[in-house]
Amino acid sequence: MDEGVWFLAEQTGGALDAVSFELCRWGRGLADELGVRLSAVVLGETLPDVELAKLICRGADRVFCAEHPALARFLPEPFQRVLVELIRRERPEIVLAAATSTGRTIMPYVAAKLEVGLTADCTQLSIEKATGHLLQTRPAIGGNIMATIKSEKRRPQMATVRPHSLAPAAEDPGRAGEIIRSRPTGRQVATRMVLEQVLSNVDGTVSLKDAEVVVSAGRGVGKEENVALVKELADELGAALGASREVIDRGWLPYPHQVGLSGKTIRPKLYVAVGISGQIQHLAGMQTSENIVAITKDEDAPIFQVADLGVVGDLFQIVPALVRRLRERKKS
Amino acid sequence: MGLLRIIVPVKQVPETGKARMDEETGTIQREGVESIINPLDLYAIETALRIAEPSDGEVVALSMGPPGAHEALREAIAMGCDRAVLLSSKDFAGSDTFATSYTLSQAVRTMGEFDLIICGERATDGDTGQVGPAMAAFLDVPPVTYVSGIEHIADGRLRVRRLVETGYEVISCPLPCVITVVKEIADPRLPTLNGKRRARHAEVPTLGPDDIGADRAKIGLSGSPTRVVKIARPRIAREGETVRVKKEEDLAPAVDRIIAFLDERLPSGAANG
Repeated sequence: MDEGVWFLAEQTGGALDAVSFELCRWGRGLADELGVRLSAVVLGETLPDVELAKLICRGADRVFCAEHPALARFLPEPFQRVLVELIRRERPEIVLAAATSTGRTIMPYVAAKLEVGLTADCTQLSIEKATGHLLQTRPAIGGNIMATIKSEKRRPQMATVRPHSLAPAAEDPGRAGEIIRSRPTGRQVATRMVLEQVLSNVDGTVSLKDAEVVVSAGRGVGKEENVALVKELADELGAALGASREVIDRGWLPYPHQVGLSGKTIRPKLYVAVGISGQIQHLAGMQTSENIVAITKDEDAPIFQVADLGVVGDLFQIVPALVRRLRERKKS
Repeated sequence: MGLLRIIVPVKQVPETGKARMDEETGTIQREGVESIINPLDLYAIETALRIAEPSDGEVVALSMGPPGAHEALREAIAMGCDRAVLLSSKDFAGSDTFATSYTLSQAVRTMGEFDLIICGERATDGDTGQVGPAMAAFLDVPPVTYVSGIEHIADGRLRVRRLVETGYEVISCPLPCVITVVKEIADPRLPTLNGKRRARHAEVPTLGPDDIGADRAKIGLSGSPTRVVKIARPRIAREGETVRVKKEEDLAPAVDRIIAFLDERLPSGAANG
């Protein structure tokens, strides 16, 4: 029995995704508390040693790497078979993944196959001293409560963790570890699904989930044309553009921009809410941001209760003035 | 194309902000709280209706919950679902996502052949999004998650567009399969008067564990691998400062303050470009 802590690292085209290094930090902390090894699992087409070594430098003791052309991009069936067979053989205590579109798809699929529990979108993980159980804490009911969840009897204990909840683990080039490569069989990578096409976001804008800074527009912008004002501020700050539900429902911006309970839950370093009153639905998606600036007219708007800096006033005055000032600074 | 049979699992959820927790079991207390159909499930229902309509297929809404979850199912019928099935029993109470997915999958098995199961992205109360993919695992069919558009259904195959962090993927797979849909996929219709009338008179059968041949070890609180052990209310209010822009002269100092705040809190210098 391995007793170890595992995490699923994600890669694109043979290069590890940044979220994998956050998982290094999550996993290392738990492995140290338990006094066990930390192992990363990576599935892909070809993964060079120098790339996999990054996981070791950032905290992994072992890296299990399964390579096959059919694993180049995420598809649930081959990923599931490779992971389930590896987990059954090695019997880790804990398996973590990021709460990304990949993690949130593969983990429930794998957990159901293994007949074990799974906790979604955790923002805190720790080990219960007396029992060694994994304590999994996550926001629920629109962020109104924090629930701590345990899986006492079945192993592994599985959890997805919310991206950007922890900074990536620091690099220590002196760390040593082992890379264990395998090549799955044709049976393992067989799938009924076909990935026919990949369409990348071509407009070069930052994706909401990955952004350090997010600037969001709310109903206070009044009409579709005025969203451009908020977009200018976002561009000036190198930020992703978000929006409240009202803005999406009115069709001023497409759904991928929606922040909130029925949109995306994000935790950027800085969140700037422009013309957003802050209904619970919206707050649930952004209230754990590290820093929050709110600009809106209504002094009693609930958004000000979660803001570190609240600016009460006319956004049509404030935002253009702010954009002007930022531009002047860049020139000087 | 033959008649498509589509199943839409729906969840009744407490209205946002009014939910309470049972401090003892750590599960959601539903009594005395107004319940609605999970808003994200409306997109699944709409998608199912649009797929079924041209082929005169059948759309069945399926829910597990307290007897009151009848209401959510009637809402689904009012929107246009052909019929609904409720899974309700005290033995199902306290189910986590594993037990819920297992129970729903068992019910699907007893309902005969199906072509598609369409789920909302997640429920707005539990917010896990785990039931769709887990049902696919229990039923051993492909899971296609975060579907934002149906491109094509023909000859027993489905082609969809899937929303991922970096853009979209076009995925095809054979039926039957499970898809979970995001809001982008369609605007849910409102129930019609006719639909509401039909919903009032519709018979919604209630099934228990024996009706679906459920393994008792996999249902309800005792069949759930996970347990909520603690509930805390996070303090969300921050000790924020407030700047007011009431007249022209206030504007420049307010902008100064915002810039200073950005410099202070963003050491990476985003504000400096």
